[in-house]
Amino acid sequence: MNAARVLLGWAAGCVVLAAAVGGGVAALNRLDEAALPADEAALPATPGAIARGEYLARAGNCMSCHTRQGGPAYAGGRAIDTPFGAVHASNLTPDDATGIGLWSAGEFWRALHNGRSRDGRLLYPAFPYPSYTHITRADSDAIYAYLRSLPPVEQPNRPHALRFPFNTQAALAAWRALFFRPGVLPEQPARSAEWNRGAYLVLGLGHCAACHTPRNALGAPRADAAFRGGLIPVQNWYAPALTSPHEAAVGAWPVEDAVALLKTGVSPQATVSGPMAEVVFRSLQYLDDADLRAIVLYLRSLPQEDGPAPPAARPSGAVMEKGRDIYRQQCAQCHGEQGEGRRGAFPALAGNRAVLLADTTNLVQVVLQGGYLPATAGNPRPHGMPPFTQSLRDEEIASVLSYIRNAWGNEAAKVDTIDVYRARERRGS
Amino acid sequence: MRSRVLACTACHGKEGRATPGGYFPRIAGKPAGYLYNQLLNFRDGRRSYPQMSRLLEHLTDDYLREIAGYFAALELPYAPAAPAPASQALIERGRQLVRHGDEGRKIPACVQCHGDAMTGVAPFVPGLLGLSRDYVGSQLGAWQTGQRRAQAPDCMAEIARQLTVEDVGAVSAWLAAQAVPGQGKPAMSFKGELSMPCGSVRPPHASAPAAGREAR
Repeated sequence: MNAARVLLGWAAGCVVLAAAVGGGVAALNRLDEAALPADEAALPATPGAIARGEYLARAGNCMSCHTRQGGPAYAGGRAIDTPFGAVHASNLTPDDATGIGLWSAGEFWRALHNGRSRDGRLLYPAFPYPSYTHITRADSDAIYAYLRSLPPVEQPNRPHALRFPFNTQAALAAWRALFFRPGVLPEQPARSAEWNRGAYLVLGLGHCAACHTPRNALGAPRADAAFRGGLIPVQNWYAPALTSPHEAAVGAWPVEDAVALLKTGVSPQATVSGPMAEVVFRSLQYLDDADLRAIVLYLRSLPQEDGPAPPAARPSGAVMEKGRDIYRQQCAQCHGEQGEGRRGAFPALAGNRAVLLADTTNLVQVVLQGGYLPATAGNPRPHGMPPFTQSLRDEEIASVLSYIRNAWGNEAAKVDTIDVYRARERRGS
Repeated sequence: MRSRVLACTACHGKEGRATPGGYFPRIAGKPAGYLYNQLLNFRDGRRSYPQMSRLLEHLTDDYLREIAGYFAALELPYAPAAPAPASQALIERGRQLVRHGDEGRKIPACVQCHGDAMTGVAPFVPGLLGLSRDYVGSQLGAWQTGQRRAQAPDCMAEIARQLTVEDVGAVSAWLAAQAVPGQGKPAMSFKGELSMPCGSVRPPHASAPAAGREAR
């Protein structure tokens, strides 16, 4: 009798708790979200607004994800691979049936700001609304006007291919309750207008944190580690820390050099590769110098960490010898006998921080896949590196990389065959 | 330009002169429009070879046209043909198909479009000689399965689908055994009418299936 009453009490408690949690999650999912006016007046799509929207869409790099390889611009279809499955980017052209033809400006804003689709469903944060939520309503309206000016393309959206439970709205609501808070970025009055502009571009439209901030086990950017670098899962490239002078911080560079890297893909100190080459190619090269300077100014203000390098296991003499032989045969022609490179053509490897990164993923990727720098207006005829995925074995790549990281005054941990093997396996090449 | 294309020559041979012994096709001296179309096809996903697609991902039409022009203008000697072991009957069947096609099965003769000397027709149709048997065979196979595509109407896909496995083996064996005449220079015009419409035989800008990607 007593036991039954206790059980009943527990059950009731659980129901109340579940309702409270459910209510809490639901409330958290509605933060900063006003009801949409039913009869919203159409915005005047002036040529000025459309041009501004195009520029902002570039700054947000919308096209990269919302266009499949060789497909019509902004018509969607590209798969964004995540550890939870693939999310397929949607059609942003103004086609009524398959695109955003029936969307109002308010609905478009709600997608960017609240991560909620026209039909009320929650959107997956592979669409980087945790960053886009910082975009102002005026900028959202301009992007909307631009997208509405595109030729409509009839291309149905591909359903996402996410695993259970990540494919449920309930899981998404719980994730958002834990990790997502909508809100336009507050102006920092103590900082200059240029700094504020930079913060807006980096934290909002540019969604730099999507790659450069490490993520937790549930795929949410870690609030305690902003811009401290992280492995981009599945794509398998390491986005270096913007806070570390050993990785990708630009605090010690002349501002012009950092601007040049973002605008052209090359600077005296570094070149872009992997996913960053795409960002420069499709987005950053189109930004005006004032915005690029603002971005650099903001990046220079990030807290810098200059911890001592972790103790590193060095390669053996035999590995160095083997690596040197391969280097002379395969690499020296372009990168020079002393790793000095050739200015304006091939990067120096001696003292190159991309070569010395503690995380060797990118290094292995570059050797396996090769790659051209992005062909930008500022560097329209770039040089490139051949892929070695077929001509060098894993062990050879490990040896030559170990050598490069420890020759000509370079000092860094050796690369093991298993590191190369892992990169190859994850990349599937 | 030479140093800018070192990424290409690592696989396609010194100065783009791969030999018929290896798999990678020679690109030196191939018609410029053909090379340009292939670069676009790899970049935009109509041809599937991940290494090529990744290399070209962030290159513009203008630069790809320049790269194609560079390799097209190279005049380098060809290595002797490398005949692969094949029965006389197979070789004869290959010769027959290349020279005369098979009207009953709607297979036009290769020479009708690729030139009497099979060294291609400038600027869009490639030569068929100086390539390895494996490469020719796998390209025909790729057309059959849709792994290799061209701008529509995709004439080669249509033709390849008429071929049997034996046809593919025969054609590639015969072609690989032929010496390359006249330094492999492509003909400057077609002798007669093309047997079917071909999307890749026209100024590439007229087609541009990736229109709208003004970023390129």
